Amino acid sequence: MTSNRSARYSPLVQLILARCREFYREPEAVFWSYGFPLLMATALGFAFRNKPAEQFAVDLLDATATDPIVARLIEDKRFKVQLSDETESRRRLRTGVTDLVVSLRRDNDSLRFDYLFDPTRPASLVARNAADDALQRAAGRQDVAGASDQHYEEPGGRYIDFLVPGLIGMSLMGGGLWGVGFVTVDMRIRKVLKRFLATPMKKHQFLAGLMASRLLFLIPEVVTLLLFTRFVFGVRNHGSLFAVIVLILIGASAFAGLGLLVASRAKTIEAVSGLMNLVMLPMWIASGIFFESSRFPDEVQPVIKALPLTQLINALRAVMLEGHAITSQWPNIVGLVLWGVVSSVIALRWFRWS
Amino acid sequence: MNLAIECQQLTKTYPSRPPVEAVRGLDLTVRGGECYGLLGPNGAGKTTTIEILEGLLAPTSGMVRVLGREWGKLDDEIRQRIGVSLQETRLSEKLSIRESVVLFRSFYRDGLDPDDVIRRLSLQDKADARVGKLSGGQKQRLAVACALVGDPELLFLDEPTTGLDPQSRRELWEIIRSFKSQGRTVLLTTHYMEEAEKLCDRVGIVDQGRKIAEGSPAELMASLGSDHFVEFTLANSFDNFGREEKRGGIGQGLAGEPANTCSPAESPPPRGLQQFRSLPSVRSVAMVEGRIQLSVVEPHVVLPALMELIAARRWGLTSLTTRHASLDDVFVALAGHRMNESDAA
Repeated sequence: MTSNRSARYSPLVQLILARCREFYREPEAVFWSYGFPLLMATALGFAFRNKPAEQFAVDLLDATATDPIVARLIEDKRFKVQLSDETESRRRLRTGVTDLVVSLRRDNDSLRFDYLFDPTRPASLVARNAADDALQRAAGRQDVAGASDQHYEEPGGRYIDFLVPGLIGMSLMGGGLWGVGFVTVDMRIRKVLKRFLATPMKKHQFLAGLMASRLLFLIPEVVTLLLFTRFVFGVRNHGSLFAVIVLILIGASAFAGLGLLVASRAKTIEAVSGLMNLVMLPMWIASGIFFESSRFPDEVQPVIKALPLTQLINALRAVMLEGHAITSQWPNIVGLVLWGVVSSVIALRWFRWS
Repeated sequence: MNLAIECQQLTKTYPSRPPVEAVRGLDLTVRGGECYGLLGPNGAGKTTTIEILEGLLAPTSGMVRVLGREWGKLDDEIRQRIGVSLQETRLSEKLSIRESVVLFRSFYRDGLDPDDVIRRLSLQDKADARVGKLSGGQKQRLAVACALVGDPELLFLDEPTTGLDPQSRRELWEIIRSFKSQGRTVLLTTHYMEEAEKLCDRVGIVDQGRKIAEGSPAELMASLGSDHFVEFTLANSFDNFGREEKRGGIGQGLAGEPANTCSPAESPPPRGLQQFRSLPSVRSVAMVEGRIQLSVVEPHVVLPALMELIAARRWGLTSLTTRHASLDDVFVALAGHRMNESDAA
C-alpha cells in the first residue's frame, strides 16, 4: 500500500490547483477579470476628474454681444455663452447641449431675465443660479454681506475615490458569480461533475475547492486595481488595510456562494447567463457602484440595503473613505455572512451533479 | 461464489409524457474476475443500467448490489473500489494528462502511481500535453487511466471504443485484457459485436430495456444451431420468394408454404425457399435484404449440393459468400430486428 497522505494527493489541493491552472491557461478569462476593472477605473477616473471649474452652457435670446450686461456674462469663464433664437435654443436644451436658456428683456428702464431650464438636471439648476447671480451683479446689484470661498480638494473626496470601493465590489460580484457559476455549469455540461460523483470525492470538498480558488483569483484582481488607482489617481485607503482585506474576503465568499446557488441546477450556459444577469442587474443599478444608493426613494431603501453588493460597498466606503473601524460595519458584515452561508447551504442541497 | 454485481428486477422509468421505460425488469449477475458485456443497440437501456450500477442514477425499482453492498449506505466504500469511464465525459482541455490523472488519484484513499498508470496506457510521451490537443483514442485512454488510477477491483466502461479507429480500439482492448488478467472484474457496454466477442467472457444481450439472452459468445452463437452462413443471390430474382420470411426467422425454419407468385420464363423455382432447406447440413433458410441466407453447420457439405441445384435449375448465380456466424446474427435471431435499425429509431 502506498503512502497517500501527502499534499500531492489531497483532493482539496488538487481541485484548487486544477481550477487555477484552468483559469490562468485561459487568456480571455484573465483579461476580463483583471483588465476590465482597470479599463473602467481609467475611463471613469478621467471622465469625472475634478475640472478646474465647471463650465455651463448658456443660450441667450434677444441679446447682442455689445450689450454691456451680455459682455460681462461672456467674459465670465464659468459660462460658455451662445447667442441664439428660441427654436434653436429649445432644441439644444432638449438634447442637453445647453444647460440654460436666458432671455433678456429691456422695457424702458426695467430689466428682466427669464430663465428656461430643466429643474431635474443638476447642471441646469446650478447654471440657473450661477447665471442669475452673474447677471444681477452685472446689472448693478450690490452684495449686502462680505463672502469668501475656500476650495476643499483633499484626496478621498473626489469621484475616483468614491468609485474605487464601488469597482472593487463590482469586480467581486462579477468574479464570484461568473467565476463560480459559469465554471460549474460548464463542468456539468461536460459531464465532469457526473464523473467526479462516480469517484469517492467528497462533495463539500469540491465546493470548497471552487470557493477557495475564487478567493485566490481575487487577490491579484483587487491588488492590481488598488495599486493602479493609487499610482495613477492617488487613491488612498483612509482606514485599516486589515479591515479592507477582511471585508473583501467576506464579500467574495458571499458572491461565490451566490454564484454556486445560481449554478446549482442550470443545465445550459444560456440558462445560467440569464440567471446571473437577473441576479446582478438590480445590484448593478441600485447598489451604488457609480453613485450613492441613498439617491433612490426611501421606500426601496430597506431592499437596497439588504442586497449583498450594497452591504459590501457601503462597508468598504465607510472604511476606505471615512476611516471607520471595521466593527462599526457589523450590520453589513452580518448581512454578507448570511448571504454567503445561506446561499451555499441551499446550493449544496439543490446541487445537480449531472 | 464471489459476485461483483447482482441486480434483480431492475426498472427505470423516466418521468416524461409519455413516461420512458428505459429498463424493464433486468436481472444481472457478474462474477468476480470476469469481463461481462452488455450488448445492444442504442436506446436499449445499457447506459441507464450501467449508471444505476455505478450509483449515479437511482433505479425506479429493483435490487442492486455492487461488491456485496447496496447503494445508499456507505457509498464511499463502494466508490473507493470501483473505476468508472462514462460515455462522453470531456475532461478539462486546459489540464495535462498527468495533471488530470493526479487529480483523479487524489480522490482515492489508496491507488496507483499516476505515472505508472500513464505508462500502462502508453500515454507517457504525451503526459505533459494538454487534453485539448489529444486524439480521440488518446482521450479515451486518458478516461480509462482516470478510471484505473484508484486501483479498482471492478471497472465500468460505457461504450469505451465508440467512435475510435480500429487501431485505437485494439489498443484499448489490450488494456482491458491486461486489467482482467489481474483477476479484476469488468462490466462494459458496447454496440460492437466484435468487441463483445473478442473481450467478454459472458455477454448479456439487451433490447428495449430487457435482457433477451445471456451466455458466453460461443454459447450464444451455438444457440443459432449452426456456425456458418451461406448467402447468395440469383439472377432471376427471388424477390417474391418468401415475403413472410423477411423478418429472418433463423432457427424457426420456414413455416408453411411461401406464396410463390413469381413466374419467370425459364425455370421457375417450384417450391420457393423451402427447396434449399432440404440441402444437406442446412438448418434454416431466410431472405435477408434481398439475399437468400442459409444457416449451415458445414459449408463444405452444402456448397457442392447448392452448386449442383443451381446448375440443374439453370438459375444464374450472381453472388455467393460464406461467413462465420456472429453475435450480430444472434441479435437478429432473438430480437427480430437488426441492431442498426434501432439506431435510426
